[in-house]
Amino acid sequence: MAKLHVSTTINGEPMEFLCEHSDTMLDALRGPLGLTGSKEGCASGDCGACSITIDDRLICSCLMLAAEAEGHEIRTIEGMAHGEKLHPLQQKFLEMAALQCGICTSGMLVASDALLRKNPRPSEEEVRFWLAGNLCRCTGYDKIVRAVLETAAEMQEQGLKEFCQ
Amino acid sequence: MTELRYLAPSSLDEAIGAFAAAGSAARILAGGTDLLVQMRSGVLKPGLIVDIKKIAEMTAIEETADGGFHIGAAASGMALAEHARFGKVWPGVLEAVNLIGSKQVQGRASAGGNLCNGSPAGDSVPAMVAAGAIVTVQGPNGRRQMKVEDVPAGPGRTNLLPGEILVSFTLPPRPKGSSDAYLRMIPRTEMDIAVVGVGVSLTLKDGVCTAARIGLGAVAPTVLLVEAAANALIGSKLDDAALNAAAAACSAACRPIDDKRGTITYRTKVAGVLLKRTTAIAAKRAQEN
Repeated sequence: MAKLHVSTTINGEPMEFLCEHSDTMLDALRGPLGLTGSKEGCASGDCGACSITIDDRLICSCLMLAAEAEGHEIRTIEGMAHGEKLHPLQQKFLEMAALQCGICTSGMLVASDALLRKNPRPSEEEVRFWLAGNLCRCTGYDKIVRAVLETAAEMQEQGLKEFCQ
Repeated sequence: MTELRYLAPSSLDEAIGAFAAAGSAARILAGGTDLLVQMRSGVLKPGLIVDIKKIAEMTAIEETADGGFHIGAAASGMALAEHARFGKVWPGVLEAVNLIGSKQVQGRASAGGNLCNGSPAGDSVPAMVAAGAIVTVQGPNGRRQMKVEDVPAGPGRTNLLPGEILVSFTLPPRPKGSSDAYLRMIPRTEMDIAVVGVGVSLTLKDGVCTAARIGLGAVAPTVLLVEAAANALIGSKLDDAALNAAAAACSAACRPIDDKRGTITYRTKVAGVLLKRTTAIAAKRAQEN
């Protein structure tokens, strides 16, 4: 079977790639696209380490075929920082030690960002429910939840709108 | 997963043509949250995947002039949650759909996929049965409508004919004093599969239940419409006697299996308990409508 040619937008840049019909979006990101920030944990949609957004909707890239990206807008962890300037969530995760081994971190950040875009001041309960699809085996979640809440508070205080567009 | 062909037609006729021609080797892709997992684990090796999300009707969510709703079979749970009106009119259907998986899964998973996956424990199905949803299916021989409870045939099987694709759900307009609710029992607080699921839709007039439908999940090979339980509620003021009779009817309808999630005895008892709790939520919402 000939490979499929897919035209899409990734982190704001028009991109084209070739994929097998059966490749997942995660396969395409980590393979031909060289974007290895998204991790493969479970490959069955349970762990959230491969979280990306398609048309601003949070999904697991292991549960999407690469061919489905045609004509859509994909955002990955690689699009989160502005050049050398970290996104406030990334900065806060570092400051508050909200990561240990790092495998879940890309997914946690992408999912947390999706939450804050939808709900800029979530309650702790809302953060915990939103991140229920992101598994972390190191931190016990508490530091992650606190970092997200702290970021939300700071972003509102400082009006860091540049990251919310 | 070799020799798989992916197709994303923009018209329903094209989708049905390809799907029907490929026979049993073909699978429909809506959200993919079941299909891709089954492919990955080697349970399924389809020769053709027909992605239906480029067909506008499949992802549309429309409120009709009479106050009913058409929901495209591939509309995601998150799209339903973001709809300005749907959750106000059908809070029980929405809460059932939104119990399926994580936020990531919600971004993709659809009520159509949940129904066609044929799991007796699919969360959206008892709520759709209670809602009295009618599904539109289309195949090589044209369009037809089915009651949602007639779609599942058994675990993993449906009564759709070869080449037929589920197109949409139609939910009826709501009389004043109507609402619905869905509750499921799981041993955790999130991200699990129902041990029992109960959907209740009812209408109250001056405190009297004038209409009710009960859908019961995860306690039989298919999701059940429990008319005996609904009949126990209709005509009552949802007093203890009526609730006990409806709960007993739910327990009596159970034909569950023993598995790691729950025993036959447990599921049978919980079906009655959940009926009462779900009815209470639906009634409270109905009083506010």
